[in-house]
Amino acid sequence: MSVKRKGQSKVTIFPDWCKGCGICAAFCPAKVMELNDQGKAVVIREEECINCGFCELHCPDFAIMVQPKVDDEIPAVCRALLKKASLPDAGKDEESIKEKG
Amino acid sequence: MADIKGTQLIHEYLRHNKKFPHVFCAGCGHGIVLGSLIRSIHGLGLAKDNVCIVAGIGCSGRLAAYVDFNTVHTTHGRALTFATGIKMAKPNMHVIVVMGDGDSMAIGGNHLIHAARRNIGVTALILNNNIYGMTGGQCSPTTPAGSYSMTTPMGQMEQSFDCVELCTAAGANYVARGSVFHVNKLDSMIMEGITNPGFGVVEILSPCFTQYGRKNKFKSPVDMYHALKSKVTPLERFNAIPEAERGERVPSGVFVKKDKPGLEEKFYEMAARCQGGE
Repeated sequence: MSVKRKGQSKVTIFPDWCKGCGICAAFCPAKVMELNDQGKAVVIREEECINCGFCELHCPDFAIMVQPKVDDEIPAVCRALLKKASLPDAGKDEESIKEKG
Repeated sequence: MADIKGTQLIHEYLRHNKKFPHVFCAGCGHGIVLGSLIRSIHGLGLAKDNVCIVAGIGCSGRLAAYVDFNTVHTTHGRALTFATGIKMAKPNMHVIVVMGDGDSMAIGGNHLIHAARRNIGVTALILNNNIYGMTGGQCSPTTPAGSYSMTTPMGQMEQSFDCVELCTAAGANYVARGSVFHVNKLDSMIMEGITNPGFGVVEILSPCFTQYGRKNKFKSPVDMYHALKSKVTPLERFNAIPEAERGERVPSGVFVKKDKPGLEEKFYEMAARCQGGE
């Protein structure tokens, strides 16, 4: 078991896969996550994460990934999902603006 | 792939050409079981080609579609019969059967007790959510007495099956019960079930909020996980509590662990003996 230190982990949520059950937010001992107004889990206090792994193990949709901040070796499958997660609706917004404009 | 873990590991074992996110409702325990199954297989170091997942019908039957092993999606209640055939034909294959409570104890009840009696070397994961989830929330053989469902709006009057006692009495080699809240223990139970010879059963308590929880006064999926956390008690501690004080507690842990040889081992031994004698 790794040493539980705060601020060592990066928590990523894939919004496309999250169904908003709220298990991660309810049971997180450090209250890192919350459900936003759309019912999806969002990371609000990443610096408090102690890397206990509860959210990652109990997410029924495999939508949460906790990894060390320094780790750059992410598998290709996850990298594609991460790219999608970092820009969830950016493309859609631009398109809608163009259409309106 | 040795150093990856958690969600990264699970993504490596999924069939990404299938439609994701999966079909399970928000807060369904089946997704957690899927993760646990993948971690167990990875933990044992089994090759993908050496594992066969056989699933029946229902919500739990969808599990087989998402993982990148040899998979069979079979008819209702007959998952164990297909698995028996696969195991007898390929005794070195690790055959894992994923069934719901209806699949295993209602329509497939006869197959379950006879698979346990034969002691065929497959591992059965019984995902018990106390209800027929996919077909509209009818009461199942494991719906607790007094609880509500679509077909028992005034409360269930019948007694429910205890899967562990059923399989123990029928003669299974390995019987355990875990829950989706206690995931690390569940991982170890599935790993032990796969490695133990003969018929292994792991009953997994997996809450269904959509069909069971909403009718039984649970306000959210989280409430069901809180209930699971408080109800499920390790076997040693459960036995230490006096019977009058047990209340709604459910024992979890390994109930039976025997080393009797499986049917396929006996069969191939007999075949070798017959060939040698000719």
